[in-house]
Amino acid sequence: MIWAHKDLIGIQDLGKDDIENIFDVATSFKEISTREIKKIPPLRGKTVVLLFYEPSTRTRMSFEIAAKRLSADTIALSASGSSFEKGETILDAARNIMAMAPDCIVIRYPYAGSPKLLARALPCSIINAGDGFHEHPTQALLDIYSMREHFGYIDGLNVLIVGDIMHSRVARSNVYGLKKFGANVTLVAPKTLLPLGTDEWGVDVCTEFDSVIPDADVIMMVRIQKERMQQRFFSDEREYAFFYGLDKSRVEQMKEGAIIMHPGPLNRGVEITYDATESARSVILNQVENGLAIRMALLYLFLGGGKRVD
Amino acid sequence: MWIKGGRILDPATNIDALGDVYVEGEKITGIYPGGRSTEDEDIIDAAGLLVIPGLIDMHAHLRDPGFEYKEDIYTGSLAAAAGGITTVIAMANTEPVNDSPAVTEYIMGKAKDVGLVRILPVGAATKGQRGKELAEMGLMKAEGIVGISDDGAPIEDAFMLRKVLEYAATFGLRVISHPEDKSLSGSGVMNEGALSTRLGLLGIPKAAEEVMVARDVIVSEFTRIPIHITHISTKESMDIVKRAKGKGLPISCDVTPHHLLLTEQKVSSYDTNAKMYPPLREEIDRAFLIKGIKESIIDVIATDHAPHARDEKDLDFDLAPFGVIGLQTLLPAIIKLHLENDIDLMKILSCVTINPARILGIEGGTISPGSRADITIVDPNAVWTFTEDMIKSKSKNSPFIGNTFKGKVVYTIINGRIVYQEG
Repeated sequence: MIWAHKDLIGIQDLGKDDIENIFDVATSFKEISTREIKKIPPLRGKTVVLLFYEPSTRTRMSFEIAAKRLSADTIALSASGSSFEKGETILDAARNIMAMAPDCIVIRYPYAGSPKLLARALPCSIINAGDGFHEHPTQALLDIYSMREHFGYIDGLNVLIVGDIMHSRVARSNVYGLKKFGANVTLVAPKTLLPLGTDEWGVDVCTEFDSVIPDADVIMMVRIQKERMQQRFFSDEREYAFFYGLDKSRVEQMKEGAIIMHPGPLNRGVEITYDATESARSVILNQVENGLAIRMALLYLFLGGGKRVD
Repeated sequence: MWIKGGRILDPATNIDALGDVYVEGEKITGIYPGGRSTEDEDIIDAAGLLVIPGLIDMHAHLRDPGFEYKEDIYTGSLAAAAGGITTVIAMANTEPVNDSPAVTEYIMGKAKDVGLVRILPVGAATKGQRGKELAEMGLMKAEGIVGISDDGAPIEDAFMLRKVLEYAATFGLRVISHPEDKSLSGSGVMNEGALSTRLGLLGIPKAAEEVMVARDVIVSEFTRIPIHITHISTKESMDIVKRAKGKGLPISCDVTPHHLLLTEQKVSSYDTNAKMYPPLREEIDRAFLIKGIKESIIDVIATDHAPHARDEKDLDFDLAPFGVIGLQTLLPAIIKLHLENDIDLMKILSCVTINPARILGIEGGTISPGSRADITIVDPNAVWTFTEDMIKSKSKNSPFIGNTFKGKVVYTIINGRIVYQEG
């Protein structure tokens, strides 16, 4: 197996075979995290820079641990306390970082497209850890991996993605990935939070959450941000929760074997309640666990390990 | 001076003939189809070349005063001259805003000192372009403004627009309206649609433009005062203007070369030189804009030349300012449109010569005896590639860098004086 990609910008750029490869490597790495000594040497001497220009707990920690379990050196930079606050542009910052010869930059960024510009400008691998409303490919990979782990297949699964689709990179990346594997995807949101052009994705769009719950195999809730209220995308949290929140009564409508997912962080009481996150259907913590394996696989493949895998 | 043996094309007088043009001092004094000159001194040999009226760019931002790091009257003049543009209509969003006779006087004075192209300023409609109080239109006119516009700070308040139209008409000034409902364009950075969704960029709906085009037409009809709507970009805007013209209303409009030649696909690589307002639209819009020129619904092609420094454009797409330069690519774009879309050359030349002159009520835009000797001479067969080092503007934010064009400016003559010569 040869890994031909330099960068991971979006799921849009990956083929189904690429994703299968990532999943296979992730599976082989999952076991490492159960060992007493959770470290193997393949990326020894490699340097991974974690550039996080937006707050992040899960993704950043997941990448950092993933890199360390593979013996890479990591340096984490966040927007606060960095030259970003002094107005340095991303390209200037990256050129400076490049002078220190890292092998990979993992970037979380508030504006769409900029990881792509970095990828074009810099010789090292760029892994997009979320850019604006564009893509969050590693999240989608771990989500789809988690679904496949649970069901054993993706083809034909009925997946609901519920919430602020318009402002969600998670939703977009999941749609692109799930469609490659033949899932039936339905986007559920008030019309104010649905972007134009979803018809080109081959997905269904629905404004009545309750009507589609009984057929769903997966309900993926995406976060709703409170500032969207001031921006007039919805009335208030009470009404949002009433129509689009996943609560106990809705969990009870779900069919047998169906699962609940959420990329985190949770807005408890708005898009999801305690009853839903704590129900047996919730795989939210499995997502986090798989995220680590997926990110180990990605670092391994992008940092050259892939060339040695048969 | 004799301009000998060129193909003289003048939309104003509908002359398309091989012949000679005689320039005496600052005026054209003779047009001789078939040729007349027997002199061989003080001549320009125009054999095989097009001799056309100097172009009038009805919408440009020269950034002077206030943003001289982007462009100034000197570099803007150089770029215009190299582009065959002899008259530049300079928008008012300088710093300070051109909302008072003192600023107008400064611009006119500096343009005169530079002495290359004719620069005619537009005055702001409202003080500071804030949409609250009328600007001193009459006093600015006395200093030389030729039109009124708040351009990128469009007048939201319809009562204010009514008063702007009435007050401008009092002084015989045409209002140029930038159609944008800012509440609808919001924080959008490109055309809203499937592509913006895929790129993760917030969209500007076509409706943000169209509702204002419709409003402008209605207020113009109601006040019976003409209005010029600048840089329309959508099929529906075209349809609104078409209906208005069908009713005989005094509506005119312009479109930019980039909206005629490019689509939103140019944004796919997050190239900030594809970011402008209105945003690049879809192929269907582009096709209708071209149709609009053929059917005379579009009166003018204007560049909306908007220089921004590299430091400003070299940012994330969301953060980069709106706007692209265009003075040096206007004429090549015109010829490209003529060649590729079967648009009559005379018709498309009228969009950059006599039509803007008539709308603003300024002289020029024609090659005829007694008119200003503003003449552009073009080699229609020269094939060339537009490269960054050719750009005379201080800013290099052109979406056409790397494009190959057919047709190149060879001479630009203003007031009987050669201000640009190729090579």
